[in-house]
Amino acid sequence: MTLTTILSKLAGGMLTSFSIFSLTLIFSLPLGLLVALARMSKNALVKGIMRIYISIMRGTPLMLQLLVVYFGPYYVFGIKLSPNYRYWAVIIAFVINYAAYFAEIYRGGIESIAPGQYEAAKVLGYSSSQTFVKIILPQVIKRIIPSITNEVITLIKDTSLAFAIAVTEMFTIAKAIASSEKTLMAYVFAGIFYYVFNFIVAMIMERIEKKLNYYH
Amino acid sequence: MEVFNIKQASKTFDNNLDVLQGIDISVSQGEVVAIIGPSGSGKSTLLRCATLLETMDSGELSYSGEKAAWNGPDGKTVYAPEAELKKIKSKFGLVFQNFNLFPHYSVMKNITDAPICVQKRDPKEVFAEADALLAKMGISDKADAYPYQLSGGQQQRVSIARALAMNPEILFFDEPTSALDPELTGEILRVIRTLALENMTMVIVTHEIEFARIVADRVIFMDAGIIIEEGSAEQLINNPENARTKAFLSRLQL
Repeated sequence: MTLTTILSKLAGGMLTSFSIFSLTLIFSLPLGLLVALARMSKNALVKGIMRIYISIMRGTPLMLQLLVVYFGPYYVFGIKLSPNYRYWAVIIAFVINYAAYFAEIYRGGIESIAPGQYEAAKVLGYSSSQTFVKIILPQVIKRIIPSITNEVITLIKDTSLAFAIAVTEMFTIAKAIASSEKTLMAYVFAGIFYYVFNFIVAMIMERIEKKLNYYH
Repeated sequence: MEVFNIKQASKTFDNNLDVLQGIDISVSQGEVVAIIGPSGSGKSTLLRCATLLETMDSGELSYSGEKAAWNGPDGKTVYAPEAELKKIKSKFGLVFQNFNLFPHYSVMKNITDAPICVQKRDPKEVFAEADALLAKMGISDKADAYPYQLSGGQQQRVSIARALAMNPEILFFDEPTSALDPELTGEILRVIRTLALENMTMVIVTHEIEFARIVADRVIFMDAGIIIEEGSAEQLINNPENARTKAFLSRLQL
């Protein structure tokens, strides 16, 4: 196998990795906010359920969660799913896992906002949804960007866990090439791909952080 | 004409300390009332109840005759429905000790956002009014600045402008100079004095006795959740009758 073939195969895998990465973020960032709000709910039952959910998501390995989401429907409910489900199992597992982590980050951010902000908004007549969307959330986002960056970078590397259920993302391909061709090159290039991907994402996040630096 | 009325306001917190034990205050149009008293006397709690940031356990509250809260059959305070309270909220403004400006909004947006988004007023008119308010506060050049770029005194002037932009009938001040360096206190007191001369109705919780003497038509001395004494500024500050008022005022003197 020539170097070009290896690279183009890896690049194909990279596309899958990237799509796992993007879809996970698109769904887990808003879901995490909802979970955070439910976690801070005055309703003890809702709060309790969210607590348990977050605790399980953070307390068990993502790879195990991935296997449960993939095999669960068949072993628990006897439902046979199409091979396409492989990919969606990865997305579902990643989204519910990352939403739990993001929820705790949001919660920390929301709780760090001074009560005076809510009071000022209340006296000025803002409704509670206006207060949250216009006054609180923008300040929360600015505060949590560094922690979000951490998670996002971890997510890039976590996409490689999809190999556990044989989704053909980059790492799965690199592994296949390495064992069939008896060469380390595939791993080296996969590493470079991951690094460059991370580098670009980190740069974008830093830019967002800088953009929000127009106030303290 | 009566702008603000609170009757028999009572409030107890979980720690079983009576914070307010039946406060009656009525404020007429154009009147400036100063509330003084030692810390923990319930002054701030009173303002928070008046501005609906805190709920009373019992007592009545009304603005220009419109009832915001009254006593139910069990003697506990019942608040007006949310829609009614929203209307009443535009009748008063509150200036906080710590300004509580929105840090992510420019000075202009801090002042204009609520009139536009809450009161749904014509933005053009609101911006024109905000320009005038900034000029009046002497900070026209700060319209595009963010709160962190301003001194404490400037921030407090923005927060006064923000409250005034809602066109309230009465303005409450909760120790407006307590978070400021002494040399910045004067600029805020001058602004409040200007407002008093323009007949703005105001209730000011303050530690600045001299200021209360000059600006207030009426001074109320509170201690332990009750009104101990009230009267004209001259009368209460120069010739207090109650022993506790005397003791409090003498402690402030050198």
